[in-house]
Amino acid sequence: MPRSHRILYAALLILGLLAPLVAYPIFLMKALCFALFASAFNLLIGFTGLLSFGHAMFLGSAGYICGHAIKVLGWPTEFAILAGVAASALIGYVVGTLAIRRQGIYFAMITLAFSQMLYFIFLQMPFTGGEDGLQGIPRRHLFGFIDLDDDLTMYYVVFAITLAGFWMIYRTIHSPFGQVLKAIRENEARALSLGYDVDRYKLLAFVLSAALSGLAGATKALVFKFETLTDVHWHMSGEVVLMTLLGGMGTILGPTVGALIVVTLQNYLASLEGWVTVITGAIFVLCVLAFRRGVVGEIAARIKG
Amino acid sequence: MKRQLLSALVASAFALAPVAMAQPKPAAVGKFSDGIVKIGVLTDMSGLYSDLGGQGSFIAAQMAVADFGNQLGNVKIEVVSADHQNNAETGANRMREWFDRQQVDMVTDLLNSAVGIATAKVANEKKRLAINVGAGSTRITNEDCNPHTIHYAYDTYALGYGTGKAIVKTGGDTWFFLTADYAFGHSLEKDTADVVKANGGKVLGQVRHPLNAADFSSFLLQAQSSKAKIIGLANAGGDTINAIKAANEFGITKNQNLAGLLVFITDIHSLGLNTAQGMLLTDGFYWDMDDKTRAFSKRFFEKAKKMPSMVHAGVYSATMNYLKAVKAAGTDDAATVVATLKKSNVDDFFLRNGKLREDGRMIHDMYLMQVKKQADSKYPWDYYTLKATIPAAEAFQPMSASRCPMVKK
Repeated sequence: MPRSHRILYAALLILGLLAPLVAYPIFLMKALCFALFASAFNLLIGFTGLLSFGHAMFLGSAGYICGHAIKVLGWPTEFAILAGVAASALIGYVVGTLAIRRQGIYFAMITLAFSQMLYFIFLQMPFTGGEDGLQGIPRRHLFGFIDLDDDLTMYYVVFAITLAGFWMIYRTIHSPFGQVLKAIRENEARALSLGYDVDRYKLLAFVLSAALSGLAGATKALVFKFETLTDVHWHMSGEVVLMTLLGGMGTILGPTVGALIVVTLQNYLASLEGWVTVITGAIFVLCVLAFRRGVVGEIAARIKG
Repeated sequence: MKRQLLSALVASAFALAPVAMAQPKPAAVGKFSDGIVKIGVLTDMSGLYSDLGGQGSFIAAQMAVADFGNQLGNVKIEVVSADHQNNAETGANRMREWFDRQQVDMVTDLLNSAVGIATAKVANEKKRLAINVGAGSTRITNEDCNPHTIHYAYDTYALGYGTGKAIVKTGGDTWFFLTADYAFGHSLEKDTADVVKANGGKVLGQVRHPLNAADFSSFLLQAQSSKAKIIGLANAGGDTINAIKAANEFGITKNQNLAGLLVFITDIHSLGLNTAQGMLLTDGFYWDMDDKTRAFSKRFFEKAKKMPSMVHAGVYSATMNYLKAVKAAGTDDAATVVATLKKSNVDDFFLRNGKLREDGRMIHDMYLMQVKKQADSKYPWDYYTLKATIPAAEAFQPMSASRCPMVKK
């Protein structure tokens, strides 16, 4: 890791640790969950070149499974989160196996179709509470002794989970496996001709991205103490695409910045009433027209250039 | 190195942006927390429910505060509003922040069931008050009931039950249901079917349609061939509107009557009387019922440019009665205010024979309405004829059927 990057990451780490002292912890936790979700998505679109339009299914499924495990089955928090992640990974495996056989728009459509199927399943299943949502998920103890009911404690737990997720993404991107993914993104035919089993790599990236999205979803359900259909709706799949594009596709910090911008807009424009959608829309249009590479991508390009 | 430092600075600036916007304010202690009584209107300002709630709810709350005199002794009363975008997270998060950082004491409207239930939990956690006017789910006063939440205007039980019972009594004894195929639709259908049967009516059948169905023709033809006198629409919003339009195009409304189980006056306004005429529905409020409702509604119309829906009138009434209870109790502490409200019988232009029950349900008279024919409508918004008044005691789910853990049996 270059020295400058180390300084940057250290600064961000300190910032993350100090943030809840000034800002509202629940808001920060929401931002962190979405940052992880967008980064997991970026692993697929930014580093493998696969545009999934159904990532909400991983976020939401993990949230529902984790919430149900805690609330109804009474599982310990850590196992419930793992169950959510496992469920998302499994769904990712099934959907991925079928979707990676096609490319481009067809790939996106297959993922969208599956995510819509899951949406309707969650709408109908009795345990999800339909449009009322799965409500009142208790925050108990993590590992039996960390009391999650306190917002500040919960924040540091979420921060740790997000960091673990980021670390995993960082390691993946900088591993030989990550190099192969980038090769596939740049030129799939060439990667294939070099003897790489492209489909296996793509599937693995897909499952990894699904599992990390699941981690974000399970954590988010715990933060808000409920899980609703919003998280499996196709709007959410679109939102994560926007976050990634806005922040900078294929950059490490881009999705985080994008998620932060989108979540901040949603949260702080809420008091502007009917103008929320108009203003967010205008900002998106402006960003896409003015910063093609996304906020972080644009800054990185300036520094290099 | 300079450039790298710059990049670090820029990144931290981004990370700090939300921090700067969320400075906490110091809290004061006293009988009125923070020396101010603050009311939040949390609703859908931009989406599909913004017509029946939205800006109108904010206006209604402001009107109530102004009518109350903007002040309680020397304590100021303030109203704030926000758009929850029909997203439970945005709603719950906003409400938490209102309670934690902006001295809000009571939040109202709260339409949309998912938002309604999520925010009820927040109110209970923070020991402040949620007066839900806009959401329909009966879960708010059953499984998810809590001592800091009041369900004020209506619920799906009251709408389905009121319509079902009253229609059977007036001769509509054979029913066919057109049901949205998910939990809400199923429960609306079941509640209504039960009351139809209990009153000697017959359910000839039902057909389930997917949520947001585009084409109702096959479902409606089944409803038509059932020869049932009443077609019960156990769905909501766009589905109800599409079903009514299609029923009209097929000429079904000539021989059979539609019963809208969740229809607001704003829906009728956008459908037009030609399409909606003859339909039976239950409502908790109609602007043109008597002098008291007209007096409020005309003032509301001046400001909002439309007649108030049940939600708008409910928000006004909820805010007003909340402020009265705060005054009577001499504090804005939620538990004390709720206790004060439970003790008193409430009666105003909106609540007739109002009584706050143990489970948080505000019961009051409901009305069975029939949508007028175009020819009978004499002036703008002259839409309903009152067919029957459903007394408060039977309009809502009886306490004996309560699934609320707070209710001692």
